[in-house]
Amino acid sequence: MDFGTLLQMLDATLRLATPLLLACLAGLFSERAGIFDIGLEGKMLAAAFLSAAIAAVSGSVWLGLLAGIGASLMLSAVHGLASITFRGNQLISGVAINFLAAGLTVVVAQSWFRQGGRTPQLSGDARFNPIDLPFAEAMRDVPVIGPIYAELISGHTILVYVALLTVPLTWWLLYRTRFGLRLRAVGENPAAVDTAGVSVIGLRFAAVAICGVLCGIAGAYLATALQAGFVKDMSAGRGYIALAALIFAKWRPWYALYACLLFGFLQAMSLRPDVVEGIVGFGVNGQLLDVLPYILTVIILAGFVGKAIPPRAGGEPYVKER
Amino acid sequence: MTDTAPAIELKGISKAFGPVQANKDISIRVMPGTIHGIIGENGAGKSTLMSILYGFYKADAGEIFISGKKTTIPDSQAAIAAGIGMVFQHFKLVENFTVLENVVLGAEDSGLLRPSLARARRELKSLAEEYELNVDPDALIEEVGVGMQQRVEILKALYRKADILILDEPTGVLTPAEADHLFRILENLKREGKTIILITHKLREIMDITDTVSVMRRGEMTATVKTAETNPAQLAELMVGRKVLLRVDKKPAEVGKKILEVKNLNVTDSQGVHRVKDVSFDIHAGEILGIAGVAGNGQSELLEVLGGYEKATGSIKVNGEEIDLTGAHSDGQSRRARGISHVPEDRQREGLIMDFHAWENTAFGYHHDARYQKSSILMDNAAIRRDTEEKMARFDVRPPNPQLAAKNFSGGNQQKIVLAREIERNPDLLLIGQPTRGVDIGAIEFIHQQIVALRDQGKAILLVSVELEEILSLSDRIAVMFDGKIMGERMPQDTNEKELGLLMAGMTAAPAGPVHQAVEAQLAHAGTNPSKEV
Repeated sequence: MDFGTLLQMLDATLRLATPLLLACLAGLFSERAGIFDIGLEGKMLAAAFLSAAIAAVSGSVWLGLLAGIGASLMLSAVHGLASITFRGNQLISGVAINFLAAGLTVVVAQSWFRQGGRTPQLSGDARFNPIDLPFAEAMRDVPVIGPIYAELISGHTILVYVALLTVPLTWWLLYRTRFGLRLRAVGENPAAVDTAGVSVIGLRFAAVAICGVLCGIAGAYLATALQAGFVKDMSAGRGYIALAALIFAKWRPWYALYACLLFGFLQAMSLRPDVVEGIVGFGVNGQLLDVLPYILTVIILAGFVGKAIPPRAGGEPYVKER
Repeated sequence: MTDTAPAIELKGISKAFGPVQANKDISIRVMPGTIHGIIGENGAGKSTLMSILYGFYKADAGEIFISGKKTTIPDSQAAIAAGIGMVFQHFKLVENFTVLENVVLGAEDSGLLRPSLARARRELKSLAEEYELNVDPDALIEEVGVGMQQRVEILKALYRKADILILDEPTGVLTPAEADHLFRILENLKREGKTIILITHKLREIMDITDTVSVMRRGEMTATVKTAETNPAQLAELMVGRKVLLRVDKKPAEVGKKILEVKNLNVTDSQGVHRVKDVSFDIHAGEILGIAGVAGNGQSELLEVLGGYEKATGSIKVNGEEIDLTGAHSDGQSRRARGISHVPEDRQREGLIMDFHAWENTAFGYHHDARYQKSSILMDNAAIRRDTEEKMARFDVRPPNPQLAAKNFSGGNQQKIVLAREIERNPDLLLIGQPTRGVDIGAIEFIHQQIVALRDQGKAILLVSVELEEILSLSDRIAVMFDGKIMGERMPQDTNEKELGLLMAGMTAAPAGPVHQAVEAQLAHAGTNPSKEV
């Protein structure tokens, strides 16, 4: 594999890791506050559909993004209502959201656009286009650094950079602010937060809302940046992979980045069976490469990566007691 | 009485949980700069009252005055604002946070953490010097002992500028040495003008540290007296009440051969706390041994070991044969095979599955009974239901409907279902914990008769109860447990509630000398036990 191919692979890794990373950080906020969210997948899917639909209709990708975030927030509100206000089972609520999104997106897309459950192809301003960072062209000829900058670092859509910046932002929010301290506390021992005179419900809703926004961006990225329009089930299990990455990362933001990059790399590999063949020396079944990320997910979830301790109050509705 | 307004004054506080009246028209005045004890048995309503004061519950009726000003406390935030700090029996700390983070949580100065943490660090240092409240600000809560965790809770309150500090059963988790340290801290706080409310069921603590003491019994405040003007015996009497004993008609025990022999039994729980300390006793056929004691002094663990679901060291012989204590081969099933039946202390958690039908509940543990099998695979549910109906008739369970879920029966009838299941299996040894907790008077009488009847059939019975009257009226011999040890054995005809009450509080017979001497001797003895705190 030559240097150029490697750069292409890494470039694809970055693009494919972005939705995983956004969803993973979304899950991080929710689960750190003690609300398990298996509905990342559904929220991404709903956001993907509505962002593509609104972008197609309005011609503005930014309106599409807003609509996508709105759709995801709606589902977050449902999850919050079910699991925080009514103290329902968080897994069931999440599964319900996934089913709802999987079915509703296709039905609405079909009745709206009549293109077999798709949205129209997006182009121009209805899509997030790659942006070239300053001096990308000028630096292209500088050895080693030039191609890295021009190929790998420059030339992504704005959402990729947003996702990457969300990592340090999340870290800072969690560990350097009052909100972060309370958020982490409410996922560990809500009674401590409650007796300190802080609203457990308010904090958990805030966390679920942040989760909704990030999932919304992730979904919009799928339909308006990675692809050019919505197709059925386009989230393709990314919500679940993000959850696996979250466990792999032990609910920490920087580790979430590394985990998502790993998953992104595996997905990038499945897109380039020729490169893999070049490295291992024999032809690898493309479908086998396709399932690699899912196999890794299973391995992680089976607990082969060491002990991952979830937030202690995770999954349990808070009931005040003396 | 002085002219200064009380730090806290409660007027006519009432609170009911469903049919249970937890607090009944309670009025109390706590003067500033004093340590005010509230004493009462478990379930007397002490914690409920304090939870009302801290905004966890809303009183059904009554008024709260803080420093003479009428105050409403709808939530914890209001309580904190009113200068009230609470140290709960079960600490409210975030385990994987540092001490500093726990102190700051909820009382941060601004959106950014660093300045708050820096200020808290300085504050903790000065508080530590002032009150002997030493903590390591950077230690994780899960890595420090309970003593330090408790100091963190006190620091949390002081950091929030609390003038009134409520401590709910603060010494329950502490070793005597730690408790002494805590009391020194409380004395320091009092000297600085803080008002302290100490909730406890331990007479010794009340006598040692409080200025005034209020006694609660069954949701009512029965008395408030100056500590200097009372004595443990009087308090014990106030605590337990003078109600007519529920005498059970029973003839003298006809004691047979030795059924149970417990020797040097020791239990250490999963937290490393030494719960049962070198306990030895025997029970013979046709005899009821009553174990008295305030809840949490090792009786539960003793029952769990005998019942087969807690590990222990030492030796237990049933009918002369050793039973396994390592936990490897022991469970309820193997114990039942050795002729031990168990009516657990908490029928709703250990005795029954509340959502299951009565007939399913009567089969639990005995589901291998040949009468319950239709074939080698299928169970004969109809047979179980018939059997349950017969049991319900014999034990007067109301309503006598095997199809009803366990949760739909009253406490007394639930207990009868458990009793019917365990007694009718003709055990050699019956373990029975808190047989009448939350049970109405009529059912109590019936349950007591059943226990005595079983004794008269020549069974050995181990009765654990926090109700002294019950122990006195049922037992043929009484052992009192305190702090994991058996303080002594008495014959019911040779003792009284006062003496037992003192033993339950860890004091051997009161007239033997000044109470404090006894306390010190007991402390010195208990102080030799390994402490978790470093």
